[in-house]
Amino acid sequence: MQTKRMTFPGRWLPYALLGPQVIVTLIFFIWPAGQALYQSLLREDAFGLSSNFVGLANFTRLFSDGSYLNSLSVTAVFAIGTTLLSMSAALLLAVTVNRMLRSRNAYTTLLVWPYAIAPAIAGVLWWFIFNPAIGIVPYALEMVGYRWNHRTSGGDAMLLVVIAAAWKQIAYNFLFFLAGLQSIPQSLIEAAAIDGASPTKRFWTIVFPLLTPTTFFLMVVNIVYAMFDTFGVIHATTQGGPAQATNTLVYKVYADGFVGLNLGASAAQSVILMVIVVVLTFVQFRFIERRVNY
Amino acid sequence: MARIKLDGLKKTYPGNVQAVKGIDLDVADGEFVVLVGPSGCGKSTLLRMVAGLETISEGTLHIGERVVNTLEPAERDIAMVFQNYALYPHMTVYNNLAYGLKNRGFKADEIERRVGEAAGMLEIEAFLTRKPRQLSGGQRQRVAMGRALVREPAAFLFDEPLSNLDAKLRVQMRVEIKQLQRRLKTTSLYVTHDQLEAMTLGDRLVVLNDGLIEQVGTPMEIYSRPASTFVATFIGSPAMNLMPRAYLEARDDGHSFSGVLDDLPPGTDIVGMRPDDMLLHAPDEPHLVVEATLELFEAAGAESHLYVRMEGSDQPTVIRTSGQPPVDEGDVLRFHVPRTALHPFNEASGKRMQ
Ligand SMILES: Nc1ncnc2c1ncn2[C@@H]1O[C@H](COP(=O)(O)OP(=O)(O)OP(=O)(O)O)[C@@H](O)[C@H]1O
Ligand SMILES: [Mg+2]
Repeated sequence: MQTKRMTFPGRWLPYALLGPQVIVTLIFFIWPAGQALYQSLLREDAFGLSSNFVGLANFTRLFSDGSYLNSLSVTAVFAIGTTLLSMSAALLLAVTVNRMLRSRNAYTTLLVWPYAIAPAIAGVLWWFIFNPAIGIVPYALEMVGYRWNHRTSGGDAMLLVVIAAAWKQIAYNFLFFLAGLQSIPQSLIEAAAIDGASPTKRFWTIVFPLLTPTTFFLMVVNIVYAMFDTFGVIHATTQGGPAQATNTLVYKVYADGFVGLNLGASAAQSVILMVIVVVLTFVQFRFIERRVNY
Repeated sequence: MARIKLDGLKKTYPGNVQAVKGIDLDVADGEFVVLVGPSGCGKSTLLRMVAGLETISEGTLHIGERVVNTLEPAERDIAMVFQNYALYPHMTVYNNLAYGLKNRGFKADEIERRVGEAAGMLEIEAFLTRKPRQLSGGQRQRVAMGRALVREPAAFLFDEPLSNLDAKLRVQMRVEIKQLQRRLKTTSLYVTHDQLEAMTLGDRLVVLNDGLIEQVGTPMEIYSRPASTFVATFIGSPAMNLMPRAYLEARDDGHSFSGVLDDLPPGTDIVGMRPDDMLLHAPDEPHLVVEATLELFEAAGAESHLYVRMEGSDQPTVIRTSGQPPVDEGDVLRFHVPRTALHPFNEASGKRMQ
């Protein structure tokens, strides 16, 4: 097949058109990334007056630092919890909405709204809802005999950030799951019904396996989101506390670099995060292509 | 093995769309009944009501001795072959066949035996480990058939199972379905809009029009004595020619045996003639003679189609003869239609008049 190609005269037009994007990428991505890489190999003195080259010392220090290792496991729990919660809630909603005939569009529109809310605002919202003094959830839990306090209990705090982070992502997952469900031919479900499968069995043996490509894609997207895009949520709710219980890698970069002013350590952490992103992206592109064909 | 009995079956979709308007039908045990009709006449809806995929708005449905109106599809002991095959894309052919058996709690060795047997019958043993997307259309069709017959259900339901195949494969699969059904003697309901498929497959045909039955009968009964002008033009290809009686009478120039038209039952004002019954040579029996100008000659190998127009009529008429008669376009030809081949209809009711 031949595609017609439009050609423009002049050598400069293509560069001019690409220019803005290249400049933005250079200034806001490549340059800071280079800085982080460079900084991660330096150590500044206490007053920030001089810095000297220390090789990989920042990295080796990190991996023998208890608080960093703690942050790694906190991040793992947080990312897995957020991904599981947001994906299962979204799948449940998508399955329910997919069954509706007339009100489907209205529900879809409503369910997508949370995605438009800024992370910090969502965080504040949850801060209010879960506030041990004035929040509605602690009040309700009190009645069933549970004293909620995410300011002292690490578990409560983790639950809070997981819920707050997952809530926002549900809308996004929901849209993908709904599209995935709608692309499964109705006749497959009908064939399975005639083949004697109960609705639950139909879901787990037919629908869910056919959603695998969507599920896998969303899993990577959600893990990336939980690891890198939840600074606002944590900052607005727990600020990494209590006792580092919700201090994820991303939050720790900020806390160490801008609060603790340890730029070398902070930069080294950023570099590690960059490596994780690269790996996850690679996994996503490699595997998605293979898993799409059941 | 079971009889299927439909009593006053109706289906009203939301929005007061009446897709099926009251169907009575008794399918005997082991019988192959074909539902045929134009697009949108409610064939699929009726079949899906029997399968349990659509609720029944009114009427009762028996499969075997049971009333199954409110039973789930799985409890009706039927198997269905879908137009798009509806194979589970993530399962191998083997698992596609085994799925229904597993769900019903069959033992592993019994499943293996039945799948093996079905695969042998349909010659798909070589593909058992493949996924559906690795099969050709015809092979998928066989797998879909296999999935229906491993369960050894009381009845097979087919919804246009051959319409996605090319013409040659369609004929081949048609024959195979017929042979399989003969062998298994499983009661079958088969939906199609292809009248040739209907004629060749069915023990009995049910011609549907707009949610109602027009005629039920064996293929030959329906072909030789269509109960209405609708059936007359729907079954048979090329379609039956319908001429107003008044026109034929006015054209009666003394050549035609005038008694022939007078013989027709009272109330007849439309006369139907099959293209095959319009002969170039006069038969011995009483017959009608019509003159027409040949507009187009179509040679189709063993037979020829003559597109003619009678003088003063705006209705094109098709005539089929065997071989290739020595005629030229523009010729005025005389056709002889035996009395016994005239189909009398009433224009107002559309019904046959005898
Ligand atoms: N879910 C539905 N809601 C409303 N009307 C419907 C629905 N399904 C079918 N219909 C209507 O019912 C009528 C019969 O449809 P059906 O699918 O049974 O036709 P069919 O005879 O199978 O046609 P085809 O040969 O094109 O498959 C049509 O007029 C159709 O528009
Ligand atoms: Mg149909």
